[in-house]
This record gives sequence, structure tokens and C-alpha cells, in this order.
Amino acid sequence: MGLSWMAWTWPTAAFFAFVFGSIAAMAVWEIRSPGGGPRHGILGLDTTRGDRLFITLLGSAYIFLAWLAFMGTPLWGPLVISLVYAFAVFRWV
Amino acid sequence: MNKTVNQKAWLFVVPVVLLVAFNAIIPLMTVVNYSVQETFGDNTFFWAGVLWFEQVLNSERFHDSLMRQIIFTATILAIEVPLGVAIALTMPRKGVWVPVCLVLMALPLLIPWNVVGAMWNIFALPEIGLLGRMLNGIGFDYNFTRQPEDAWFTLILMDVWHWTSLVVLLSYAGLVSIPDAYYQAAKIDGAGGWAIFRHIQLPKMKRVLTIAILLRFMDSFMIYTEAVVLTGGGPGNSTTLLSIDLVKIALGQFDLGPAAAMSLIYFLIILLVSWVFYTLMMRNEQQ
Repeated sequence: MGLSWMAWTWPTAAFFAFVFGSIAAMAVWEIRSPGGGPRHGILGLDTTRGDRLFITLLGSAYIFLAWLAFMGTPLWGPLVISLVYAFAVFRWV
Repeated sequence: MNKTVNQKAWLFVVPVVLLVAFNAIIPLMTVVNYSVQETFGDNTFFWAGVLWFEQVLNSERFHDSLMRQIIFTATILAIEVPLGVAIALTMPRKGVWVPVCLVLMALPLLIPWNVVGAMWNIFALPEIGLLGRMLNGIGFDYNFTRQPEDAWFTLILMDVWHWTSLVVLLSYAGLVSIPDAYYQAAKIDGAGGWAIFRHIQLPKMKRVLTIAILLRFMDSFMIYTEAVVLTGGGPGNSTTLLSIDLVKIALGQFDLGPAAAMSLIYFLIILLVSWVFYTLMMRNEQQ
């Protein structure tokens, strides 16, 4: 059975490669430095690296949706905002 | 720290990862693929980029069904949670009536969702239904198939009937886990009924109530079967909630691209709210 029913495209494949790549990188990070790096961040939440990745991905999805709803395309703006947001989450949350 | 160095635990996670991959991740990936394309069938797809997302986010139809969904979920939560707690407080904690009450409370939860919809449809029909005839008999102009307010009233009543039991059972579980010593201490201090509820029962029920609210939020936000059997989204579009609208777009109009984009937005809303609830729950537990 082929995968044509999944209607793959290069951009969506790249998106999933990025998501799974991030999870794999987290696994490698965890093996190298076990414990998840827990801390009490500025939002008052106790987070591990996995939580921070989840908050980053979910928040970025909302940043892109908000941009699409209010500004439309192109999407370079939300990409830059998401990268800054990801840095902030991994640094302070 | 030695425990975390042992990586064998990863092997035990493999079965669940495989299961989730096949029943959730692969279908979700397909939805993402559909959301950026247009298809006219025959497994032929055309690239559409983020067009469907833009269209859904700016569509009045989506805003309306989202608003109806939020109103529905907020209303049933505002009714079911206090009502469930109130019923749980009146239930006996000891004696022969405990199993009777528990079975009675569990009954609505055992009925399949489509049967609940069909039951309430017949029950509320203005000409032959017990509820419909009774309301018309005492002077109300009630017809849930024609009047939007009546359709909403029936839909909310049906959900409250079907799901308040869940809140009751969870709250009851929280209540019976409170040791008698707390009540004895309250009695010595001369605490009244309200003080006991406010300072002993409610804090002890906090965790189960958060779970109850989370479950009821997710379930009511995704309600489809009962609502579609009862009202079919009508009259007009007055009770077309998000999932009903989604099915209309995907299967009624065969607009798979917009339906996929809408599903992902729908999914993200549920994911965010569930995460907030989960975080609050874990925070309470730590405190």
C-alpha cells in the first residue's frame, strides 16, 4: 500500500520532519543530560524541556493563526516572532 | 538521580507510541496534508497553501459556529458543575441507599449518545412528546423544531440530563474521601454548613472538580451525535455547533481542504484549553 492517500506535499513533510526532528533532538538531549532540566519559570510554572517544547510549538501555532487572521500572507513575520518566542520560552519559562 | 539515567524505560513506551501513531498521529498528519490542498476527488490534489486557513479564520460562518459552541459549553458547565456538586452533597455517604443512588446516577452515562438524541427528540416533540405536550399544555408556545430558543433549551436540558451524573459521581468520590476527623474538628469549632463546604469539602473536591470540568469541557466542545440527532443543527443554523458545521463542510459539501483547516483550528482550541486545565490541575496537586 502506498502513501498517496495521505496526500503528502513537500512543505508539510518538511513541517513534520522539523517537529519529529525536534522531538528526536530532545531525546538526545535527555540522554546526554538526564532529568529534563526542571525549573520554576517566570510564568510560575514548573517546566521541563519537553514542556517548553510543547509550549513553544503550541504558542507558535497560535502566532501563525493570529497573523493569518489579522494580516494574511506572507508568513515571514510570524516566523520571526515564533523564533523569538521559542528563544524566550527556552530561556525563561 | 540514578533512576533517570536508566534509559530502559523507553522500551516500555514503544507499544503506546505505536498505538497512538496509528490511531492519532497518522490521521492527524493526513489532515494537515489536506488542509493545504484542494481536491475534487479521485485522489488528485492541488496545492492551496494557507488559503483555507485564511478563509476559515475570516469566515463569518466559522465565527458564528464557534460562538454558538462557546455559549453552549459555557452554559452547560455553568449548570452541570454546581448542580452536580449540589446533588453529590445531598447523596448519602453510608447505608443501603449508597449503591442505589450510584446506580441511578450512572444510568444516563450508560445510554449510547445517538439513543439519547433520539429519546429526547421524541420526548420533546410538541405533538406527541411528553415534554412538548406538557409545556404546550401549561401555556408555553414550545416547538423545538421551529423556534431556535426552544431548540437551545432542549439541547441544554438534554446535555444536563445526560452528563450532570458524571460531575455528581466525581464530586461524590471527592466527598467520600474526606476523613471524618475533618468534620469532627469543624464541629468542635462550631462551623456551620456553609463554612464546612467552603473550607473543607470544596478544597478537598478541587482536584476531582478540575478533572470534571476538563472532561465536560472537552466532551461538550466536541458534541456531535446527540445534537445532530436532536436538532440536526436547526432550525436554520441556530444549533449548528462546531462539529456539526465541520461535518457539513467535509461530508455535505465535500470541501475537504477547508474542513481540514477548520479541524486543525478546532483541535488547537481544545489542545490549548486542555493544557491550561492540566497545568492548573498539576499546580493544585503540587500545592
